[in-house]
Amino acid sequence: MDIRKTLRKLQGRNNEGTLLLVLLAIVIGMSLLNPVFFTANTAFAVLRSATVPMILALSVLLVIISGGIDVSFPVVAIASAYTTVTILLATGTDVPMVVVFAIAAAIGAILGLVNGFVIAKFRLPTLIVTLGTQGVFFGAMLTYVGAKYFPELPPTMAALSTVNILDFTTAHGRANLHVLVLLAIVATLLVWAVLKWTMFGRSLYAIGDDYEGAHRAGFRVVRTQILTYVLVGVIASMAGVAHITMSRAANPQDLVGGELDIIAAVVLGGASIFGGRGSVGGTVLGVLLIQVINNSLLLVGVPSAWLRAAVGILLIVGVGIQAVSARRKAQRVHSVEDVMDLTVAQRKEA
Amino acid sequence: MENEPVTSTKPGGDERSPILSVRGISKRFGGVQALADVSLDLYPGEVHCLAGENGCGKSTLIKVISGAETPDSGKIVVDGVGHSQMNTTSAIESGIQVIYQDFSLFPSLTVAENIVLTSAVAVQKKFYSATAAAARARAIVDELQLDLDLDAEVGTLSVANKQLTAICRALVSDARVIFMDEPTTALTHTEVKRLFELVDKLRDRGVSMVFVSHKLSEILQVSQQVTIMRSGKVVTSGPVEEFDTRSIARHMTGRDIEDVRIVSDLPDEAPVQLEVEGLTLKGAYWDVNFNVKKGEIIGVTGLLGSGRTEIAESLFGLLTPDHGQVRVEGERVQLASIADSVSAGIGYVPEDRLTQGLFLEKSIADNIIAGSLNQHRSKWRTLDFRKVKATISRLFEELRIKAPNVKAPVRTLSGGNAQRVVLAKWLATNPKVLILNGPTVGVDVGSKEQILELLREQAGQGMAIIVISDDEPELVSCCHRVLVVTKGRITDELVGDDVSVERIQESMAA
Repeated sequence: MDIRKTLRKLQGRNNEGTLLLVLLAIVIGMSLLNPVFFTANTAFAVLRSATVPMILALSVLLVIISGGIDVSFPVVAIASAYTTVTILLATGTDVPMVVVFAIAAAIGAILGLVNGFVIAKFRLPTLIVTLGTQGVFFGAMLTYVGAKYFPELPPTMAALSTVNILDFTTAHGRANLHVLVLLAIVATLLVWAVLKWTMFGRSLYAIGDDYEGAHRAGFRVVRTQILTYVLVGVIASMAGVAHITMSRAANPQDLVGGELDIIAAVVLGGASIFGGRGSVGGTVLGVLLIQVINNSLLLVGVPSAWLRAAVGILLIVGVGIQAVSARRKAQRVHSVEDVMDLTVAQRKEA
Repeated sequence: MENEPVTSTKPGGDERSPILSVRGISKRFGGVQALADVSLDLYPGEVHCLAGENGCGKSTLIKVISGAETPDSGKIVVDGVGHSQMNTTSAIESGIQVIYQDFSLFPSLTVAENIVLTSAVAVQKKFYSATAAAARARAIVDELQLDLDLDAEVGTLSVANKQLTAICRALVSDARVIFMDEPTTALTHTEVKRLFELVDKLRDRGVSMVFVSHKLSEILQVSQQVTIMRSGKVVTSGPVEEFDTRSIARHMTGRDIEDVRIVSDLPDEAPVQLEVEGLTLKGAYWDVNFNVKKGEIIGVTGLLGSGRTEIAESLFGLLTPDHGQVRVEGERVQLASIADSVSAGIGYVPEDRLTQGLFLEKSIADNIIAGSLNQHRSKWRTLDFRKVKATISRLFEELRIKAPNVKAPVRTLSGGNAQRVVLAKWLATNPKVLILNGPTVGVDVGSKEQILELLREQAGQGMAIIVISDDEPELVSCCHRVLVVTKGRITDELVGDDVSVERIQESMAA
């Protein structure tokens, strides 16, 4: 019994254990195929490329746990960051990085509030609303803020873009770990703490599990939902600023259309598209898995066009596993306990 | 909300004061008087049974007390303070908790979380600690000496353990009055015993409990007070000693109910119409074997969630079984889709006729013909309207559907008449085997007997009929044989004189 319990714990409530094994298997397999893969250079490159997707994935995780889906987050991310940069450049001001993040967060919060208000107040399907606002936000940005590509960033941002926490030369060239990786780590820990230690976090799971039931039990569902989408806006804007900083240029067309990778990562990480399930740990593994797969496919020479196809397949496989097991569960009128009772009874008969 | 002190309304001799009193509550929904001048007193440490047939107003009363509905008139008195109405928050704050049949639990959260979260929400907590939650849940579970795995996800629990979780949740919120809707419907004999032991412990704590139930023997076993409702009124109320199962049944229905049993004599050589062999759907039912003869009515019964509905749905092609065979008149039926079953001559009247069996906005005529369009084609494959009309008027007359004419939308019909329309729809297809799931749920007593009579007539004309029901008198009244399903297996077959209410109940609870 104890072994079963430990195994259950290791596997995780959302199959995080299995995901970890798959990730390790790919890393080991790739390292055997191509020794260049198992170096600090590759590790740092994967971490760097995972920074922005990780932060975005955290925002998507919150929405998915609450039983919704958001496709407007890439636009919210780029719109809030690009608008911030445009304001700074237009006014010629240079402010500390904290203020840059604060301005972007404020814009992200407002955009998120629009999503949350429409969804929670009128109880509309989240996919349709965010699909709509995605268009609205993007169009509004191009019209009112601008569509220009800025190759030069405000001085503080430009300065931050070259800061590394680790920087050394190996046999395979320079290996450096960008400072904004820390932002992703801090954001991950924060979201983890919010989900685990606050009533807001627990309410998200309850609402995602059973909206009506949560309402009946006295959860303030409308408030929680609006707050969720505001948080999504804020977290996405952080990712936007990180993206512009790391790419050393502000392009309003960036990130948009990248929903697929992020949602796939979160769903692969065990978050249920039907709500009520999902963990930060699983999401981290999901993001890393997709980055590693992208990286290793490139290393073995798969054309980059096929990368998107691969991620698409992963998304469908991830959702497919969930849907099939959900259907199995719905069909199963007898709980696991009942079936165990039954087998015990059968054994006695025999 | 108006609050005013009210002096004790209990007449002399009894110095205990009720935790909760309901005084002269009335409530109308459109043209229906759901509650008429209903009064009720609940005392600490007492189990009060609220009995009555479907639609008698029991659930409306609970909704009014728990704040889900506002009464038109009357008063709810909690601890001597009168309220003209409650809302869900004030009801919970006053210690009133309702455990609905579906328990309203969160399946993806753990037992501990389910027990603790609602009370944490009620006091508007900001932070949550898993260790503190586990400790609180542990305290209540240990106090009641229950065996619950606090870390298990509620979705994986058995019905009985879900119920225990819901009870613990109510107690964590300092419940003083707990309403339980049909608490024993889905429980086995031992589970019911365990529940009743728990109920005794709760009584010692001074909790007042209200059981809403129609299981007469259990009412007598566990409660101290009985209140019986009929058509929105309290017909009688008093200590349990004043009642026996017979008098409760009489008060519930308003007349003496006799256990009549009218079944036709089946000739020994009657051919087998339906044969089921080794049917298995993992997780739902295992190795199901039975047959139904031409002209025979068999009953299938079992607790809620025993797998009885899934067996029927598999025969109708809704759930594809893992293995096993089904033959109609000796011909093997592919059970891959509904179309396969229908063309093999199997009809199915579902449990929830309003959402699964009828087109509510369409007319009676359209509903009757909806299932048998292929039987009413002309040689050009278009609909043969003369034939359609003949079928509709024949069935409308034969089934004695009470409606001004066949053009009336089904939505306007009463439960009994709506059920007749569903029946008519299937009779129009001339099925060889008709499966009915809960054929008289929500149907008034008069219609019920007529529907059973209709089934006997159809069987007499050579149809094989399967009635799935947990209404024992109904099974006794019309079935030649009764199969009992327990945890997905047919565990008993009652034939002849063994088909009695007592034997069925015994066998089900075993």
